[in-house]
Amino acid sequence: MAWSRDQLAQRAAKELRDGFYVNLGIGIPTLVANYIPDGVEVTLQSENGMLGMGPFPYEDEIDADLINAGKQTITALEKTSYFSSSDSFAMIRGGHIDLSILGAMEVSDRGDLANWMVPGKMVKGMGGAMDLVAGVKRVVVVMEHTSKDGASKLLKQCTLPLTGVNVVDLVITDLGVFEIDKYGSQPMKLIQLADDVTLEEMTAKTAAPFVNALR
Amino acid sequence: MANKVYADAKSALEGLCSDGMTVMSGGFGLCGIPENLIVALRDSGVKEITVISNNAGVDGWGLGLLLETKQIKKMISSYVGENKEFARQYLAGELELEFNPQGTLAERCRAGGAGIAGFYTKTGVGTLVAEGKETKVFNGETFVLETGLVADLSIVKAWKGDKEGNLIFRKTARNFNPMMATAGKKCVAEVEILVETGELDPDAIHTPGIYVDRIVKGNFQKRIEQRTVRQRESA
Repeated sequence: MAWSRDQLAQRAAKELRDGFYVNLGIGIPTLVANYIPDGVEVTLQSENGMLGMGPFPYEDEIDADLINAGKQTITALEKTSYFSSSDSFAMIRGGHIDLSILGAMEVSDRGDLANWMVPGKMVKGMGGAMDLVAGVKRVVVVMEHTSKDGASKLLKQCTLPLTGVNVVDLVITDLGVFEIDKYGSQPMKLIQLADDVTLEEMTAKTAAPFVNALR
Repeated sequence: MANKVYADAKSALEGLCSDGMTVMSGGFGLCGIPENLIVALRDSGVKEITVISNNAGVDGWGLGLLLETKQIKKMISSYVGENKEFARQYLAGELELEFNPQGTLAERCRAGGAGIAGFYTKTGVGTLVAEGKETKVFNGETFVLETGLVADLSIVKAWKGDKEGNLIFRKTARNFNPMMATAGKKCVAEVEILVETGELDPDAIHTPGIYVDRIVKGNFQKRIEQRTVRQRESA
């Protein structure tokens, strides 16, 4: 059985470390906040200008001036601070954020990431994704292993326009987990298989070369 | 001392609008947008505007109002996914669009207002965004040259302001407003609360009044795009 969306988020949450400043993308990455391991305290950054993001508000707490980067209403915490978008991206670009967890359309075995544009379709824009992958210390991608038509989203080379070059450190798909040597020349390492997924199935469904480094 | 306070958004834009102008408009999504000044800009009838704004509003609100009336020629934005009329005009070739990464857009506004012509950033290197732009290697890493942005007019929204034009923003409604206030040849600010000069704590002011030419007290709807809540556990 491949991992569900929540299991993916749960696996990604294991990448969190106590004290980390973290930016979570939209979609499955947002769910990671529900699975922060015991004994680990992280501070969530929202790139529209907030550090220390709290949970969704109760109905009577909703504040139109308090939203996250997905434009969802949220709450503040005791440690919260607010700042401008330029300060926010100074934090991001300046390497002050420890970890970013993002979705993807394609990832290459060199850590190239494509997640913002499909030529010929209406393009909504990259938002903060290009800044995040360029500046955050460690980038983890969470995605379905294959596209709707069954094609591998892990590739030798991305076919879609890139969000960043040599930026992804770890890829978590519904079938397993890969480490990427983004600046080096080592092949991608398979370090974990999802429950009941075999090496044969993984090999058949993965277009990028990888070595078996299952622990 | 010139009076900066105007009675309403319409009079606050008088003499500042001309066809073909560039306008910076603060806000992130619908949060912290100058909603009164956007309506006044629409009603001014100004055409062929280039709008610099992180997003393009939604159908029927915010910058979506200026799209409906086809007053916008070009948008410079990072994300425009919330607006069907935008998509229709863009796909029909009626609207020009320049995408900037969000951090690059914010920094371009900051640089423009600070008199910095250009800056090198890691963001977008090796992507479509860097095509045709100068790159340079610093300490073994490649950076791309991005330019500062200025506008003929910037319209911003703050929570509190005084008659000098000093501004205080509230929570995440700050977003692009402070940088855009600095990068317009003229800046008009709308505020929820307008107080006498001297009533704001000088240490708490986010945008000093030097950047603000005109200020107006607005009436706000403060619409919410994604109303997400949690339920209280029953006792």
